[in-house]
Amino acid sequence: MKKSRSMARLLSVGASVLLFAGCATTGPASPDDPFEPWNRAMYEVHQVVDGNVIKPAVQAYVDYTPKPIQQTIRNFFGNIDDLFSAITGLMSGKFDLAGHDLGRVIVNTLFGIGGLIDVASDGGIPKGDWDFGLAFGAWGFQQGPYLFVPLLGPTTVRDGTGWVARAYTGPISYLPDVPTRNILYGVGAVDLRAQALSAESVVDQAALDRYTFIRRAYLQRRQYLLYEGKVPPDKEEQ
Amino acid sequence: MSMAIRIMLAALAAIFTLSVHAQEAPDAMVKRVSQDVLQTIKSDPKIQSGDQARIREVMEVKLAPNFDFERMTALAMGRNWRQATPEQQKRLTTEFKTLLVRTYSGALSQYRDQTIDYKPLRADPNSTDVIVRTEVIRQGQPPVQIDYGMEKKDGAWKAYDVVVGGVSLVTNYRDEFSEQVRAGGIDGLIKTLTTKNGGGAK
Repeated sequence: MKKSRSMARLLSVGASVLLFAGCATTGPASPDDPFEPWNRAMYEVHQVVDGNVIKPAVQAYVDYTPKPIQQTIRNFFGNIDDLFSAITGLMSGKFDLAGHDLGRVIVNTLFGIGGLIDVASDGGIPKGDWDFGLAFGAWGFQQGPYLFVPLLGPTTVRDGTGWVARAYTGPISYLPDVPTRNILYGVGAVDLRAQALSAESVVDQAALDRYTFIRRAYLQRRQYLLYEGKVPPDKEEQ
Repeated sequence: MSMAIRIMLAALAAIFTLSVHAQEAPDAMVKRVSQDVLQTIKSDPKIQSGDQARIREVMEVKLAPNFDFERMTALAMGRNWRQATPEQQKRLTTEFKTLLVRTYSGALSQYRDQTIDYKPLRADPNSTDVIVRTEVIRQGQPPVQIDYGMEKKDGAWKAYDVVVGGVSLVTNYRDEFSEQVRAGGIDGLIKTLTTKNGGGAK
């Protein structure tokens, strides 16, 4: 009895210390980003590694690899994304969306040499972008705190869990040959990073504070995808 | 000198065009203006060779008059807008406009051969506040939705928000602005914007 009371006191002291520490370092920050100081530190780490190593390498890939090869690589990984868009769409009960995606996978795998050519887009089947994080959202899970992960970029607890689910479900993780698997992971990562390059120069131009700008853009974009474009227009103030 | 005259003539032409088109529907206006701008970008040799000053000039003349920058600034400021003096509001609007025009010019200079699909307007004909939806079709990539929040004011439609793929420009700046105001007050924000725009020269 006595022990539990002192425990409770300890906890409440601990909580208020945390609370004060929070106030001292961040002030009334964004409610979506309770770990902002930590995230900002991670963002700095990311900037150093990405800016000095990854971005120059990816830029070289974009500048010197023939465009058709880049497109083929993108199509290959896009086909896998479509498969997961279909699966997670089904999980969320979005049958229309899942149907489109499944159609894309079948068409591109059969008629596009295993997904190397995006025949479906030329045929006017729109590309979906559903994923595990959105499926969890459709099931009612809140996004949770915002996180910035070095090398991987912005996410939330919910979307990050989605990444883990995706990483474990493959299909590349099922490849028996380790070198092939690692090469595919590497090429996939380069392709993913390359897609972000053009948006990045716009962010550089637009942002007063890139961290805040990227955070709000990421959260807005995820909301928009989750509600399939039917987020009520924001008219706060005025 | 001749540069100044050219800009003035262009501005006059823009004003004239505006009054001629005062009665057009908002979606028709978005289509006319964006096609005009994209056509200019495609056909102007200076822009094609990467002349940023020229592209900004085009933006200033053809695009800027169709935006309500004061409303955009007020929306991005949120509740801090009313804390600002009229003088501060004016400076904020000017600097924010410069920043937006530059950002948009940068984005447009990456414009290649995308086509734009203009969605039919679904709004009450008497409405004075509508969303015009467009979609940019890119080769081999998912399409990008670009929506314009538009309001009719004094008989003319003006855009007060641009939403790219679900990311509202105005909302995106709200966090940034309130962060700056919290750190350095409204003057701090003005200073940051001015520095960002190149130190307030001119």
